[in-house]
Amino acid sequence: MKRTKISAALATSALLALAACSGGGKTKGEVDLLNVSYDPTRELYRAIDPGFATEWKAKTGETVNIKMSHGGSGKQSRAVIDGLEADVVTLALAYDIDTIAAKTKKLPADWQARLPDNSAPYYSTIVFLVRKGNPKNIHDWNDLIRPGVQVITPNPKTSGGARWNYLAAWGYGRKTGSSDAAARDYVTKLYNNVPVLDSGARGATTTFVERGIGDVLIAWENEAMLAQQEMGKGQFQIVAPSVSVLAEPPVAVVDGNAKKHGTQAVAKAYLDYLYTPAAQELIAKAHYRPRNAAVAAKYAATFPQIKLLTIDGDFGGWAKAQAQHFADGAIFDTIFAQRRR
Amino acid sequence: MSATPAPAHQRATAESPVARIVLIGVALAFLGLFLLLPLIAVFAEGLQRGIGPFLDAIVEPDALSAIRLTLTVAAISVPLNIVFGIAAAWAITKFDFPGKGLLITLIDLPFSVSPVVAGLMYILLFGSSGWFASVLADQDMQIVFAVPGIVLATIFVTFPFVARELIPLMQEQGRDDEEAALSLGASGWQTFWHVTLPNIRWGLLYGVLLCNARAMGEFGAVSVVSGHIRGETNTMPLHVEILYNEYNFVAAFAVASLLAGLALVTLVLKSVLEWRFDYHRGGTGH
Repeated sequence: MKRTKISAALATSALLALAACSGGGKTKGEVDLLNVSYDPTRELYRAIDPGFATEWKAKTGETVNIKMSHGGSGKQSRAVIDGLEADVVTLALAYDIDTIAAKTKKLPADWQARLPDNSAPYYSTIVFLVRKGNPKNIHDWNDLIRPGVQVITPNPKTSGGARWNYLAAWGYGRKTGSSDAAARDYVTKLYNNVPVLDSGARGATTTFVERGIGDVLIAWENEAMLAQQEMGKGQFQIVAPSVSVLAEPPVAVVDGNAKKHGTQAVAKAYLDYLYTPAAQELIAKAHYRPRNAAVAAKYAATFPQIKLLTIDGDFGGWAKAQAQHFADGAIFDTIFAQRRR
Repeated sequence: MSATPAPAHQRATAESPVARIVLIGVALAFLGLFLLLPLIAVFAEGLQRGIGPFLDAIVEPDALSAIRLTLTVAAISVPLNIVFGIAAAWAITKFDFPGKGLLITLIDLPFSVSPVVAGLMYILLFGSSGWFASVLADQDMQIVFAVPGIVLATIFVTFPFVARELIPLMQEQGRDDEEAALSLGASGWQTFWHVTLPNIRWGLLYGVLLCNARAMGEFGAVSVVSGHIRGETNTMPLHVEILYNEYNFVAAFAVASLLAGLALVTLVLKSVLEWRFDYHRGGTGH
């Protein structure tokens, strides 16, 4: 009958179209590698991936297609837990990979000990970005809580960078007041000056740089340097505070997924490649602080010396910091609820 | 109304010319300010460095893959929703059955549910801790964070467009034509093909265009289930956002122009078809 013919034709065309775009017909000697990363690393991995692909091809004869996915670190971690089949994750903070390990068991709990430097091939810190000429005269954390200063920082509930921002502020408050109560008081005053909380680091940068909102952006050092470079030199300047945090964005192979895809070897090689001098050079050029001593020495002038607090030494590790500050009903929620009143 | 012969430009209302000019002016200014100007701005931003970078942004592999994916998703979801929309409208307007009210309400559901919730529903069903997780894992099938999930989410949000367009039209037309055809010995299929379909074709076309525009432009629901893998699960709207966030404004607005261009093409197509059909109808005197 005519009816059956038409519905059959429709169903076939739908299936054909679906088949044409999924799967993608992988030929022999080719391998796909999915790197699920956080927001500001787009430029970094775009620079690094071709180098690794060339090296892998030379070494094994295999062509590797590196697929990238970017988004807020917490959001990306959630997506991997929900089934986004990342071969490697390169996220903003260890806690987000801990969560993947705990919820999916696709990588061991001690994943962070598998690679050097806490599995962080680069590190960064938190700095301030201010408008040209520093009109509000901002030099350190205490200038951010002055009345009339608008501070832009993303939401620590969704953004990894925002959690580093928050902890850097907390660290400063505790250092100057030498008590947790003083730290809390300082952070409360700071968030009173925040007019808008974006969900990710890149969104906050856009709010400050593009939309022209706020007097100071608390940001990843790499993000601040990139914004300064992309938006024309001289429009913005970076202010290094007296104290900040050592922000280590770690990387890990998600063993469960890599095993399923048969990509264990290439995934491991990819992460190892990040520690090579060639990649470290690109890392420094993308405004992240390199681990390799020789490369670090070469770019020393680019990165200001700041006293850096560590998550393990000063905040008792991510699990504790998360529970104390960012969990539902923890300190950040209380501070923010008070702020609205 | 007076019985005097109507002038060429008959005035339907008694407003003064000033009021008419003001009203028309306000309408045009509003259209210009809120529709035309932003649209022009998108094209202008895309073309600000000339046609070269504009084209580069569109033929770049990730952009091409996004375009292909968007067209594929529309090509799957629009036909399915046409079939569903006609079937639902036909059932609702030509027959009486218990639960009809419920069916109408359910068809409206995608309009009232936020697209983000729509996306999350599919994560809850097909995600790796979702209801069907073990079945999917056994079959080694990937629904969310892959093309099937994007198609499902798009079908969900574009569900009501065809049906919603047809139901009032078919209700207004009533069942008389169909009943006449049936009493003259036509089969159900003949009745549909020769009586119902010609009656509803304009409503159907309009519904299909709306459905297609939304299928290509959907952002929220697709964003939740996409996984944002470049060159693989990024649709055009998602690709625009990515480019914008990478300070790549020319490319972002170039792709946005293309998306807007596809919408404009569908509108032009609709006008052309309407004009052609009207012409033919005038000829046959139907």
